[in-house]
Amino acid sequence: MGHASGRLRGWGGVTAMGAACAVTAALTLVPLSHHGTGSAGPSAAPPVHRVEAAARETADAGAEADCPSTGRPAEASLPPSSGSGPTIDKMLRREGDARKLIVGVDQNSYRWGYLNPATDAFEGFDIDLAHAIAKSVFGDANAITFRPVSTKERTTELANGSVDIVVRTMTISCDRLKEAEFSTAYFTAGQQVLAPRSSTITGYNRTLAHKRVCTATGSTGVQELEKDNPYGAYFWDASRNVGHNPDHVDVDDLSVPNQLDCLVRLQLGLVDAVITDNALAAAQAAQDPAVELKGEPFTTEYYGVAARRGADDLVARINYVLEQYRSGGADSAWQKSYDKWLKAELGPTTGPPAPRYLPGA
Amino acid sequence: MTHPPHVRETRSPAPVPARPQGPPPVPAPDEGRGKAWREGAERLRRAARTEPGRLRLIGAALALAVVVFGAVTAWQGSDRYASADDVVGRGQTVKDTADLYGALADADTQAATGFLAGPTEPSDVQSAYRGDIARAATLLSGLAENVAPGSHSAALIARINGRLPVYTGLIERARAANRRDLPLGGAYLRYANERMAGTDGILPAAEDLYTEQSARLNAESGSARTWPRAAVALGILALLLLAAAQYRNYRMTNRVFNRGMLSATVACTAVLLWLVAAQTAGDIGLHRADRDGQQSLVVLNDARVNALKARADENLTLISRGSVVAADGRTDLYEVDFGAKTAKLWADLEGARGLADDAAGRTPVLAAIDAVATWRERHAAGSRASAAGEFARAREEVNGRGQTSEQAFARVNTALATAIAHEQDEFTASAKNGRGALAWLWLGAAVLAVLAAVSAILGVGRRLSEYR
Repeated sequence: MGHASGRLRGWGGVTAMGAACAVTAALTLVPLSHHGTGSAGPSAAPPVHRVEAAARETADAGAEADCPSTGRPAEASLPPSSGSGPTIDKMLRREGDARKLIVGVDQNSYRWGYLNPATDAFEGFDIDLAHAIAKSVFGDANAITFRPVSTKERTTELANGSVDIVVRTMTISCDRLKEAEFSTAYFTAGQQVLAPRSSTITGYNRTLAHKRVCTATGSTGVQELEKDNPYGAYFWDASRNVGHNPDHVDVDDLSVPNQLDCLVRLQLGLVDAVITDNALAAAQAAQDPAVELKGEPFTTEYYGVAARRGADDLVARINYVLEQYRSGGADSAWQKSYDKWLKAELGPTTGPPAPRYLPGA
Repeated sequence: MTHPPHVRETRSPAPVPARPQGPPPVPAPDEGRGKAWREGAERLRRAARTEPGRLRLIGAALALAVVVFGAVTAWQGSDRYASADDVVGRGQTVKDTADLYGALADADTQAATGFLAGPTEPSDVQSAYRGDIARAATLLSGLAENVAPGSHSAALIARINGRLPVYTGLIERARAANRRDLPLGGAYLRYANERMAGTDGILPAAEDLYTEQSARLNAESGSARTWPRAAVALGILALLLLAAAQYRNYRMTNRVFNRGMLSATVACTAVLLWLVAAQTAGDIGLHRADRDGQQSLVVLNDARVNALKARADENLTLISRGSVVAADGRTDLYEVDFGAKTAKLWADLEGARGLADDAAGRTPVLAAIDAVATWRERHAAGSRASAAGEFARAREEVNGRGQTSEQAFARVNTALATAIAHEQDEFTASAKNGRGALAWLWLGAAVLAVLAAVSAILGVGRRLSEYR
């Protein structure tokens, strides 16, 4: 027994020395290697190319440039129509309890699409819009079945017909146009910084230098940081296994499965700021009066309602609903919903994004 | 102390016998000790030339063999007894680590169950959680006294001790947010669950502790069950020497019996038989404790924790509601985890059924298997409701009254508790039997060996007296 523990102590010493060597090596080597991947020079490795491609795509969407596949901006949708067609007619033939609009939604995005456990009802900005569409199609705002769908399932669930439409903080992008049809944009979102009110961080700028920034795995936020990380924030991209952080900052705190997990880390003092899109950041701020959105959004994304490809009549109808939803300025249904769910955290708005339509369709 | 020169002597060529007419032997380089040894050997040789001298030598050899036999038997017997005693004591420590592991896993499950019930947690769930944390704290302080300071087990206990208060703090934060209907509460609960059950969490440390203490139990059982070969060999040697001495005595005197040597033989035989019988009985007891108790306990305890983990995952599927996805990017992480844990649970129960040695052990295992099948069905019904967005119905399937997952899980848990209690009793009873068999061997061996040595000397002394 005494012998065994003596041996353990011996090994402990060896391990400690080994660990000390490893730490020294890591401290001297890691910053260098990060500079290597951080700079988008000619020596950049393949993953960095991939990152830039993804980032360019986001930027394209923001700049409303034409999609290479269609030759049109991603946000341009079919002109509005109150008429019907094969898709809507088929939906209207549903009988009894099934005579409802099936909507793919999020159930965890506070203020957007959230299943409130206290009331067992879905609520939020996205949910209000879904009700408006159901009212137009079935004449009853409550003729609706909400079906929770995960981010990755959104387009497959549309394609296989499990849901009629998806209203789920879904960004319109050229890539997604290959898998789904989008309505006109109903919300302008962007990546934004969230930090404690008392923090010295003032936005996406040099105040982020050497601050620990939490992002959700694979999110647009981390892709933005990865482009060049201009302000020297500490972050980690788990899906590509690259990032920039000193050893004492745990990568599990910097990169989390769900954006809400970032607020946990922020409250526990494990990170200094969160970067996520402002819609979700607002939902976080709504749950913690001690944090706030900092600065302005530094990217531009548009949310749209998605439908199955080829469901042109349904998309035209949704665009028609959106026209009505947006109209009326300060008294519009859009504005009322915004005021109810988002104004407190996102502040006053200039109104919904202007619709863009495809010419002559 | 006499060994090195002895070895040397047997290796070197036999020294030339000191004959008066011969020349004195050439002194070896290491003269000093060799000389003393040779003088001693010479005296023995001279003594062996006469019959009384030979008898004296025989008597001394017999007494020495018997005493060495007795001493080695007493030493090995007490060593085996000490190991068997360790097995009985370690069994309690292992039970405590299993209980700790179970209490921690149960705390996590109760926290998730109460959370899912909504802003107002049911008071029975709250008190079950508090009970688990209190029990874990009590067990931890008890275990800290029973493991070697500085050992890996002690480090594991320190780790659990350090992390448990952090965990309970996170649970309270989750509860506070849940009370205000904030989804943040779910994120805190997931975070707490990760601290408890994640790869670097509390439960893996508790599992390591359990595994380590079980391994130590096996090692102690193994050393108690190791045959005392030296004692047996010496016993046979002593008996052979006694037989040879008596045969010689018969040849020299035509007397069939020498009472002293005979009683020495009887005493030696008794020690040897006792040794063999005690070791066999001890071996059987400890083997039973291992086969009928400990092996079943290992799988049953594993099954219990897997059932608790699966139950926590089941609650978390309804709490996280798809916000954390598995590696495939689609399926709910906790749904995947639930499947994996119940698969392990199933395998454990199949194993336990194979290991169950009697009806009392088998019945609860079969009941648990049956309940797990029901549980899986009800869980699937809940998952279907959840996928259809019918949260209230999903929660009803999982946590409501009547035919729910909750109730099926409770049956699994109760059946496992019964099975564990039964196997624990079997283990303790068998291990105590094994220890009891080895209890007085050391004393018996010592007393009988002394008697045998005295008898042998008296027996030889009787012959010797005929020469005076």
